[in-house]
Amino acid sequence: MPKVTIDGIEIEVPDGTTILNAARMIGGKIVPPAMCYYSKLKTTGGYCRTCLVKVVQGSAKDPRPMPKLMVSCSTTVQDGMVVQNITSPEVMEARRGVVEFLLINHPLDCPICDQAGECKLQDLGYEHGLQKTRYEFPRRTFEKEDIGDKIKLHMTRCILCYRCVKVAEQLTPKRVHGVMNRGDVAEISTYIKNSIDNDFSGNMIDVCPVGALTDKTFRFQSRVWYVKPMDAHRDCKKCSGKVVVWMKDEEILRVTARMDKNNEVEEFICNECRFEKKDPADWVIEKPTHIDRHSVIAQNHYEDEKQLQLGKFTDPKMIPKAEPKLKK
Amino acid sequence: MQALTTRSKVASNKKMTFVEKLYIPAILGGLRITLNHFFKKKVTIQYPEQKREFAPVFRGQHVLKRDENGAERCTACGLCAVACPAEAITMTAAERKPGEESLYREEKYASVYEINMLRCIFCGLCEEACPKEAIFLTDRIVDTEYVRQNLVFGKDKLVEPINNRIDVSVRETKETREFKTHPGYAHNKLYTKPSKA
Repeated sequence: MPKVTIDGIEIEVPDGTTILNAARMIGGKIVPPAMCYYSKLKTTGGYCRTCLVKVVQGSAKDPRPMPKLMVSCSTTVQDGMVVQNITSPEVMEARRGVVEFLLINHPLDCPICDQAGECKLQDLGYEHGLQKTRYEFPRRTFEKEDIGDKIKLHMTRCILCYRCVKVAEQLTPKRVHGVMNRGDVAEISTYIKNSIDNDFSGNMIDVCPVGALTDKTFRFQSRVWYVKPMDAHRDCKKCSGKVVVWMKDEEILRVTARMDKNNEVEEFICNECRFEKKDPADWVIEKPTHIDRHSVIAQNHYEDEKQLQLGKFTDPKMIPKAEPKLKK
Repeated sequence: MQALTTRSKVASNKKMTFVEKLYIPAILGGLRITLNHFFKKKVTIQYPEQKREFAPVFRGQHVLKRDENGAERCTACGLCAVACPAEAITMTAAERKPGEESLYREEKYASVYEINMLRCIFCGLCEEACPKEAIFLTDRIVDTEYVRQNLVFGKDKLVEPINNRIDVSVRETKETREFKTHPGYAHNKLYTKPSKA
């Protein structure tokens, strides 16, 4: 069991754990952001470079620092490793550069985009990004492509994280979409305009960190902060049936899978649950979904009676466990 | 009985003197004050014939701006409504159809946009929240009404008429103007013709 120190917090993790997963075990502010790595899907990670960290001590046996910043999602920990994430100015500077690169071709049409409010790139840009771009050339644009009647593809917003491709590869028996072309002109597309109609294809909406893949049945219906997420379930033959329904008054506007604390899908759901069951009578509604109070979705969203009565947040889950310490 | 307040005064019921009983000095005193006001500067004006000049930061009735081509700037992003402390703003978004590019600037637009003028407190937070420079508060005063429903202003009253633009340039700071024209901001570029690189 190797011991690793991340931002001054020590933790013992199983062999073969990556730095990112070790940081996620600690939790809190020191978890590096990840746009492409998805623990629920195999062979993801290594594309976006937002999870860069500094390894100041390789291991107990070889205490030399690693010469360059490492991708935490695919670097495994070694015993005695010392890692800096938010305590290293070098990492923060590098991450700022990565965000700037990710935003070079991103249209920044957040006022129009349905993902706004739950978009990871928006969070990342807010935290690290510059207000203005230094890029003067026209942004990359694509011809609009129809990939089916349930999923809307906005290729201009895509950051090529490959998560949706991995979903199709690992969840559905036959993948009909992938990344075409290379480099600057690479794009997500369906092979010869095949529409995506597999039972689990809708999950690519949930795994997409940006607004490139969005739900057509929810398109422009409402902003996410006006709908109330509620945990719900139903008996489904194809999937677990455990979902989050997004309600406006007594109407269900959207159904998504449940997310864990790393904003990853807990259990993938089928398209029938996602797109067709929009009647509240179809679902057994359990309780309001837990939303981080810093999220815009938490506006007017009350989770328990104590909170309602006191008007403040008393949930001990919301208090971060460990604080990062600066190494002297 | 215990007094309900410490500030109460006991009313005196003393008898008035003869001069006080005449009331004439008191009447004259009152008339003197009235007469004095004839020779003072008037504090009132003849509204609506005469109007006072407003401060440049006066916050009156809202306007939804059009861009230089006459297309509506508002894209129904909902940020004004989320910023509104009085929850006076509601909207419904719709998708722009092909051929409506001259009507709406962006892919999405507000098909319904309502401000309840009875709820609005004219704080101007909607104006500050707007990322598209679409909503502004103007120096116009909201008309009075007898029916509550008529004070829920829809797009017919809020969007500026295409031939009768409402000037809000006094409300635009240097930063706002730069925000609207700087090519570094993505929203100043229109994706009219998507081309495959």
